[in-house]
Amino acid sequence: MTLFVKYNFDLVCKTLLTEKLEALGVSYTLGSIGEIHIDKTLTEEKLEIISTSLTKYGIDILTNPKATMVERIKNSIDEFLRDKDLRAVKFSTYLADKLHYSYPHLSTVFSENTYTSIENYIILKKVDVAKELMCTTNLTLTEIAFQLDYSSVAHLSGQFKKTTGLTPSAFQRIMKNKNTTTNLS
Amino acid sequence: MNDIILNIALADDDEDDRMLFSEAIEGIDIRTKLSLFNHGQELMDYLNLPNVILPSLVFLDLNMPIKNGQQCLLEIRNNPKLKDLCVAIYSTSSSDKDIEDTFSNGANIYVNKPNNFTKLREVVEKVLQLNWQYHTSNLNKETFLFRI
Repeated sequence: MTLFVKYNFDLVCKTLLTEKLEALGVSYTLGSIGEIHIDKTLTEEKLEIISTSLTKYGIDILTNPKATMVERIKNSIDEFLRDKDLRAVKFSTYLADKLHYSYPHLSTVFSENTYTSIENYIILKKVDVAKELMCTTNLTLTEIAFQLDYSSVAHLSGQFKKTTGLTPSAFQRIMKNKNTTTNLS
Repeated sequence: MNDIILNIALADDDEDDRMLFSEAIEGIDIRTKLSLFNHGQELMDYLNLPNVILPSLVFLDLNMPIKNGQQCLLEIRNNPKLKDLCVAIYSTSSSDKDIEDTFSNGANIYVNKPNNFTKLREVVEKVLQLNWQYHTSNLNKETFLFRI
């Protein structure tokens, strides 16, 4: 026998979204078609879960794909710099494996959207980490250089000077003065 | 994401410097809207207007009549509404002491005024790129210090 049915697509989708999101414990409100307002920012893992549970129904989460990609690349850089173990492989290999795109492609997307290149961003970020370590720990420059995989203190100092225009010691002096100035005011 | 237009302010008492700066910034890929001020007081009056859209970057000349760059910098850093502004010092002085003093007082970037136009464009572009990274990435603003 054959049954004939009539669908209300909008209702089908809304009911499905309601069931799925409620099952995942996300608090949300449905906006106009294809729009879901989530009450708070979701972690990347949580979004991933929601995304997987919706994909099989043909529902895909849309975002500005370029901006999303840039964020994922930046997050990967942060992770890579934080974890010495990850640095057993080259960054390009690590990134391509993680994001499942070729490095040249990722590199192009990054450059087109950030006014810089992945390589320059990594240097900026590495120097940023070095600055943080100088301000918040008692590590010597030698130890910081080792931690960030610089071949020598000279290499770290050189890159620091080239990037920031300041020597590490001038930077430390400024930060020290800066803290006394702000504490006084 | 590149549709974003950056608001930039420049306070400089030298008319030629202001003009060259506007020309330089127009020739750069990053889209900007530049506001010009003839001296520090004019800039501060503007920043203190109610409902003003704060610039994402302020360039300050050091030697200006009525209110100089150092005074503006201190006022900005001591004003809760303005203290998070990114400030670039734009000066002819290259004495290490001046530079370290402005950094200690809260400047983020120190730019030496270049003596030719090509160099000026390069320098302004570099500053805007850096500023862009700090505005769009997870970089520590407390240690946002660059001499260019």
